[in-house]
Amino acid sequence: MSKAVDRPGAEEIPSAPGARRIKTGAGWGAARLRAAADWPARQVTTSFVLPAVLLLFFLSIFPLLVSAYLSLTRFQFVPGGFALRWVGLANYGKLLVGIEQSHFLGVPKPPTVVGWLLFGLAASVLLLFAVRGITSASGRRGVVGRAAFAVVAGAGIWLAVRTLTPGGFPGTLLTTLIYVVVGITVQYWLGLWLAFLCAQEVAGRRFFRVVFLLPMMITPVGIAYTFRILMDLGKGPFAPVWRALGLAEVSWANYAWGARLVVMLGDIWQWTPFMFIVLLAALESLPAELIEAAMVDGASRWQLFWRISWPQLIPVTSTLILIRMIEAFKIIDLPNVLTNGGPGTATESLTLHAFMAWRTLDIGGSAAVAYMLLFVVTFAALSYVNLAHRRLAEAA
Amino acid sequence: MARVWRVRRAPTALPAWLAVVFYAALVTWAAVVLFPLYWIVVTSFKLPIHVYAGPVYLPFVDFMPSLHAWRYLFVDLRNDTLRPFENTVIVALVSSTLALVLGTGAGYGLLRFHYRPRLSAILLFTATAVLVIAAMAERVHGLAAIGGGVLLFLLVRAVLGRSGRTVGNDDIAFWMISQRMLPPVAVVIPIYVMFQRLSLLDTRAALIITYTAVNLPIVVWLMRDYFRNISLELEESAAIDGASPYRIFWSIVLPLATPGLAATFLLVLVFSWNEYLFALFLTSANAQTLPLSIAAQNATRGPMWWYMSVLILIMITPVIAMAIALERYIAKGLLVGALKG
Repeated sequence: MSKAVDRPGAEEIPSAPGARRIKTGAGWGAARLRAAADWPARQVTTSFVLPAVLLLFFLSIFPLLVSAYLSLTRFQFVPGGFALRWVGLANYGKLLVGIEQSHFLGVPKPPTVVGWLLFGLAASVLLLFAVRGITSASGRRGVVGRAAFAVVAGAGIWLAVRTLTPGGFPGTLLTTLIYVVVGITVQYWLGLWLAFLCAQEVAGRRFFRVVFLLPMMITPVGIAYTFRILMDLGKGPFAPVWRALGLAEVSWANYAWGARLVVMLGDIWQWTPFMFIVLLAALESLPAELIEAAMVDGASRWQLFWRISWPQLIPVTSTLILIRMIEAFKIIDLPNVLTNGGPGTATESLTLHAFMAWRTLDIGGSAAVAYMLLFVVTFAALSYVNLAHRRLAEAA
Repeated sequence: MARVWRVRRAPTALPAWLAVVFYAALVTWAAVVLFPLYWIVVTSFKLPIHVYAGPVYLPFVDFMPSLHAWRYLFVDLRNDTLRPFENTVIVALVSSTLALVLGTGAGYGLLRFHYRPRLSAILLFTATAVLVIAAMAERVHGLAAIGGGVLLFLLVRAVLGRSGRTVGNDDIAFWMISQRMLPPVAVVIPIYVMFQRLSLLDTRAALIITYTAVNLPIVVWLMRDYFRNISLELEESAAIDGASPYRIFWSIVLPLATPGLAATFLLVLVFSWNEYLFALFLTSANAQTLPLSIAAQNATRGPMWWYMSVLILIMITPVIAMAIALERYIAKGLLVGALKG
């Protein structure tokens, strides 16, 4: 094994003489001697990076390829083991138009008037966006990218409008998107407000900073149970409040939106600190000159923040949203422990959906759900980077 | 309104009423953060009757705290409680150490040395590896498969020669860091099958290997940024004196990077400690980690909150301690990451 592994590594190193391996720029090109004596020296530089490359290769790239294959097969037990039967795109078809459609996409109902209005509004905005891509000189790739985004986003909104109407039921795809969008929005504004407060000259700032950071580090499974204990309407700490409202005998776990709300509360509690801590560090590293100048001109604290500080936070904001978006799509611990995905499949995220399929030995279906998640994350991240992040990162 | 907001004298002085508003907001959020933790601590000292009769809030005032839940879990169920704890500690410590060792080396290498692997060689290696593993899955003898793979690889590489597109350090670094984007669920089933074939399912080794790979991108990312701020001069003079790259790395670079190493280690340790998805797939009984064993309590003692609270406490106390120790570094580290993105 070691032989097969070592050979490509030999290609990964510079052909540099042993004495000057440090990257200094000057004289680097002249040193391209392909002497046999270099071989050990090249192995030395390779050995720094090769173990990491190989580990990631075997635990990430390779499994990804195998997953792609699994998603095109059906798993079956046969005498003496199991067999994988090639079924083409049937596993994906099952999710999009077949028996798993109600689980993955949800149960659609004809939209209400409000639904139609919302969809019309969103569709016209997206159309305008796509048309502007054609008229503005953004190149062929820009036009295609914008058109693709408009089509996919339009389909997503159409799905949302149809499954969120009364009688409809959103599937795991939309549930995950709701967790991501609502979670990030609330976390960002809460985190920004807290960072603004902690950036003021108030006594005890250090205490607040440490306390506000805590939830981010706590094991999500622990958070899920803690929220279950807290949110018990009959025996939890807020029971007197619920009793006064006549809700003591009700269980939120039986209502789709109640359960989703509790999952989102847990997520917000855990991840607001991430937004807070980075925004605070960014706020404190802003140059003081602008603020002092504005202060001399008599700007209010409010104006100082919104007109001077916040615009400079936009690049950090954009990156924060990108990082959280990528991470938030992976959510599983909270819904699995808090509600076990229920009631029904109301709180199931895509990752949990894949786990449920795996547990019923629908290996191909599970891999297909996982790949759907991969497509969604990749598409969302690419769209965000190309359509918003580049511009926002250069805004300041 | 604008007159009230105006800052007139010292730029940092808050008007009294505004200070009150700010404090109220800060204290409110501190309560939101701390109350759940307080409630868990209190619940762990409650008797069943204190829970079922409706909420009681203050120990010694509302109810007499009792150690019964702690005694039950640590004395009566000693091994059932401690084994997951032991698993978590070992898996987290070993995998974080491994990730730190591999990731630090890679982060340093990607910053200081030039790597120019050829695209064709990488693709060829991937194809060969796929073939070898497919052959082994078809029950070809392992040594024969690997030997054949090596031969095939060398042969095709000799035919291809030394030409073709190469990839650079930035490509490798981007590839490593982008692994963070991959949803773990997309790779977990093949990893499960792989460990099953190696008879490593439900062992600590499986979790250690997996967590090392999962945490590697973070270590590479953070340590590369950290090394970037270390001056080159010391390293250059050591190189002129004839020190080997290993020696330079070990005796000069690593000691300078100790704070960064410590912070990265703790961060990765917390991630391993909290990990849920891979443990969910890869363990069933022996190697179960705390998050898993606690999630499994659901069925057996769902409403027995006093036991749950004790278990949650032993799970989260170490990470809370680490969070307090890390506070200073995390802000800086995450900011560097967020700005470079």
